[in-house]
Amino acid sequence: MSLLSADATELGYLLAAVCFILALKGLSSPRSARRGNLIGAAGAALALAVAFLSGDLDHLVPIVVAIAVGTALAVPAARMVKMTQMPQLVALFNGVGGGAAALVALLELGETAGGTSAWEGDLAAVAFTVLVGAVSFAGSVVTFLKLQEIMTTRPVVLPGAKPLMIGGLVVSLGVAVAVFGSGQPVLASLLGLLGLVVGVMLVLPVGGADVPIVISLLNAFTGLTVAAGGFVLGNTLLLVAGTLVGASGTILTRLMAAAMGRSVAGVMFGALRGGSTAGSTAVSSRPVRSVSPEDVAILLGYARKVIVVPGYGLAVAQAQHTIRELEEMLRGRGIEVLYGIHPVAGRMPGHMNVLLAEANVPYQALKEMDEVNPEFRTTDVVLVVGANDVVNPAAKTSPGAPIYGMPILEVSDAQQVVFLKRSMRPGFAGIENELLFDPKTSLLFGDAKESLAKVLAAVKGL
Amino acid sequence: MDGVALLSIFVLSVFVGFEVVSKVSTILHTPLMSGANAIHGIILVGAVLVTGHADDSITLVVGLLAVVLATVNLVGGFVVTDRMLEMFGSRPTPGGDR
Repeated sequence: MSLLSADATELGYLLAAVCFILALKGLSSPRSARRGNLIGAAGAALALAVAFLSGDLDHLVPIVVAIAVGTALAVPAARMVKMTQMPQLVALFNGVGGGAAALVALLELGETAGGTSAWEGDLAAVAFTVLVGAVSFAGSVVTFLKLQEIMTTRPVVLPGAKPLMIGGLVVSLGVAVAVFGSGQPVLASLLGLLGLVVGVMLVLPVGGADVPIVISLLNAFTGLTVAAGGFVLGNTLLLVAGTLVGASGTILTRLMAAAMGRSVAGVMFGALRGGSTAGSTAVSSRPVRSVSPEDVAILLGYARKVIVVPGYGLAVAQAQHTIRELEEMLRGRGIEVLYGIHPVAGRMPGHMNVLLAEANVPYQALKEMDEVNPEFRTTDVVLVVGANDVVNPAAKTSPGAPIYGMPILEVSDAQQVVFLKRSMRPGFAGIENELLFDPKTSLLFGDAKESLAKVLAAVKGL
Repeated sequence: MDGVALLSIFVLSVFVGFEVVSKVSTILHTPLMSGANAIHGIILVGAVLVTGHADDSITLVVGLLAVVLATVNLVGGFVVTDRMLEMFGSRPTPGGDR
């Protein structure tokens, strides 16, 4: 007694798929992005309505209650989360999506196991969905724990991790083939458990700075899982939606890896190979030019063009609003102010842009690396706040350095460079920054927010 | 729907996905990720269909768990993306080129 015919159902799903494509298309400009997201949400609501009307479903009351419970969990989390904690939340949402897809595939297999109509492609899709969904779920949970600093952010390499990893993968693939061959729900459940183990082992050895790549990769995994779920259920909407996400995750993963000058394999397996993801944390005793907030205020106040290079240190110190005030003040003095944003500034792709947008920095002032690099030549003062590795010339000059090959912001092209730093400790990559000892560089030590507040006060007094 | 038709849709979707996503502004990569995240929450449709056809209590319980997880993904993803995009839209500054 379905209320919708098969054709009407398919058309409803098609419309929802178009909504999802428009949602992504809207993101090509900040102006159309919000409307796009609402179109996507409307598409999701439509798809859900179609599912309810088309399916001849039992258990409607428990299902609706489950949806209400999920909504009650998700909305407060999404409303309350701090922008600095966005990567954790995205990792968590990503994980539960992957987990849900794996469960759906398992159940579908259990229901059709008795029948004879199972097409062989379905079984391959079931195996893929269960395995990759479980990997994505477990990997996302570990990523969440790392980002929330419930566990260490350093790479964790268990003894014998490499043979374990290889063994885990081989066994998983073997069981996946067995699922494909037999269609046994028990084997598929075993595959899911193996996937959880592989997911944990995959993310444990990844260091904190590489997390943006891992989040993107897991996002792509979940997308592909949902697409495979579409194959399992013969549902075109899941197929299209999952594939779109898979494409977005893949593109972002590649962009992030390129922005760090590393291969995706290097990020995921670098620690297993004993590569140098962790450098020294030794503090250099070489002399640097340490200046007062007043000196910085004079440098900034009489410049014509200033570029701010924010790093995660700025967000940690919650100094976004203070830098915004300083920017307003400088603009008021007729000074051109831009922000140079390195693609890996922050903890996920594009994170720094969100953090600055939260402080009402107009997005037009945010310049990405390729756009801002030619600007440094005509810049009087570069203000580097809580960033280090992304401006370290060692990425270009010392082939042995862990960050060698990473594209950097060419701040040394500017007349003057001011670093706001907590201490002389090197950045995450653990390598000394030659730029700190350059004659054109001055350093203002202290908490980024306090330092900026002092500079702001001093600029006011000019 | 038969396998070849689904495969055709998959291949075409790959191209659409790459085409659309490669045009996304770099500034919006975080909302892209959380928005894409929300989109794969549409596995909720699958979870609802499977749960609605459950014949035994284990399937029902596991299915309801999947429904909860997928709802968290779908609803949370769209809400948090909207919250971020609101920040980008609120202050259009004159003279901006993008």
